[in-house]
Amino acid sequence: MDNSVTSQNSLVSVQSLSFSRGNKKIFDDISLEFERGKITAIMGPSGTGKTTLLKLIGGQLFPEQGSVTVDGNNVHRLRRSDLYNLRKRMGMLFQSGALLTDMSVFDNVAFPLREHTHLPESMIRTLVLMKLQAVGLRGARKLMPNELSGGMARRIALARAIALDPMMIMYDEPFTGQDPISKGALVHLIKSLNVTLGLTSIIVSHDVQETAAIADYIYVISEGKVVGQGTPKEIEQSESDWVQQFMTGAADGPVHFHYPAKDYVDDLLSTGNRY
Amino acid sequence: MIDFLQQLGKNTRTSFTKLGRGSFFLLQTISGILSVLPRPRLLLNQMYSIGVLSFLIITISGLFVGMVLGLQGYYVLSDFGAEETLGVMVAASLVRELGPVVSALLFAGRAGSALTAEIGLMKATEQLSGMEMMAVDPIKRIISPRFLAGFLSMPLLAALFSAIGVIGGQMVGSGLLGVDEGAYWSQMQANMDFRDDILNGVIKSIVFGFVSSWIALFEGYDAIPTSEGVSRATTRTVVNSAFSILGLDFILTVFMFGDN
Repeated sequence: MDNSVTSQNSLVSVQSLSFSRGNKKIFDDISLEFERGKITAIMGPSGTGKTTLLKLIGGQLFPEQGSVTVDGNNVHRLRRSDLYNLRKRMGMLFQSGALLTDMSVFDNVAFPLREHTHLPESMIRTLVLMKLQAVGLRGARKLMPNELSGGMARRIALARAIALDPMMIMYDEPFTGQDPISKGALVHLIKSLNVTLGLTSIIVSHDVQETAAIADYIYVISEGKVVGQGTPKEIEQSESDWVQQFMTGAADGPVHFHYPAKDYVDDLLSTGNRY
Repeated sequence: MIDFLQQLGKNTRTSFTKLGRGSFFLLQTISGILSVLPRPRLLLNQMYSIGVLSFLIITISGLFVGMVLGLQGYYVLSDFGAEETLGVMVAASLVRELGPVVSALLFAGRAGSALTAEIGLMKATEQLSGMEMMAVDPIKRIISPRFLAGFLSMPLLAALFSAIGVIGGQMVGSGLLGVDEGAYWSQMQANMDFRDDILNGVIKSIVFGFVSSWIALFEGYDAIPTSEGVSRATTRTVVNSAFSILGLDFILTVFMFGDN
């Protein structure tokens, strides 16, 4: 498969990327394309470095090899000021929401506007209320982050991520730990924002159903490699054992239930060290 | 033996890398101060939470330290019939040593630990990372204003500590023990020197403010982003600040008062 051909239509393209943490190889020569205006999902079990991938795309981490191109810019070759300018057009939704805890909801959404624009306060108010309306939380503007439920915090963070009208948003595990109603709300929001704002969305998730419901294209990664890719339909029908295990949630399969260890009986009978 | 040497080498290397990171962090912080200046609000908020909220502990400690100095000084001086000079003794001890040192230690415990915990938790909850992704430099937005606020608050707090201490000494000295009030103040006025005593004390507190703010912010920024990591970082802030303050106090005292 030739990965070096960049599709004309991709906004973000990751090429032959390798990254390690300590001795552990997180990504091993991985190539991904994210098309403009589409929702692309990266799926895989916890601990496969999905968040790391978003940080690599955002330029917070440096790869050992390979490159990340966002809207024609090689992220890791940019000067700091150019990288910061690029980031103004990239929204990111952290798993925890990452709201600033010493500010109200309103001030949190206003934060990027106040930092990056010189708009008058009345204009900022209008913009903030519009963004909050879009996520359905205009009425919560006076609350502090510790008064929000997890789902609300994520929606506020989403309002903040779209405050500067970015060209793309990266979602880090948007559905994890949410009740069914919040999940539904987030699924709906991600989809509708993508259409109405003409965004390009990248979702990193291990929630199979929610993600498959809205994604246009899915990459399944495991142990630093892409093990399956395609539209949600294609993924569902994939013949790869690995992909099947992940999509159906089987306890044992290519990914073993047991963490590597020596033989069980030997282990029980051996004496000596406590461990 | 080999193990010991290996461990020693490893520890030395870790300390030096940390010192390097810390110095780099300090440079970034100082260069970030330029972008704080056009936004005085950021600075004022931090001056409030670092400086103003330390008022109470500084005032009360200053009062008690001054009162104890008044008592102890009186007993020593009265043996020589020199209790009239109590004011000089109290003021000199406070302005030269106890004011800067004790208030810096209290500052490290009160404001420094709070700074470390705040920054560490911001890191643990991805707030710093989130800011970076919003194209806001956390060093400029979060660290530099706090650094500047700590650096500016410290001399003011030390001055407050000394001033309250002098009043405490007077309360005990002339209120309780019968030293002449006029003598207390006039002896102090006559024998305290602006450059030798006050200015040196101020220089000390500026140095301590610089170092303890730096340590507190760096420990927070460099903390391992878990609850245990933040708790360790907070402990390190207090311990390292205390050592640095006391060590630097000795060095500064040698330079300031060593030749007379």
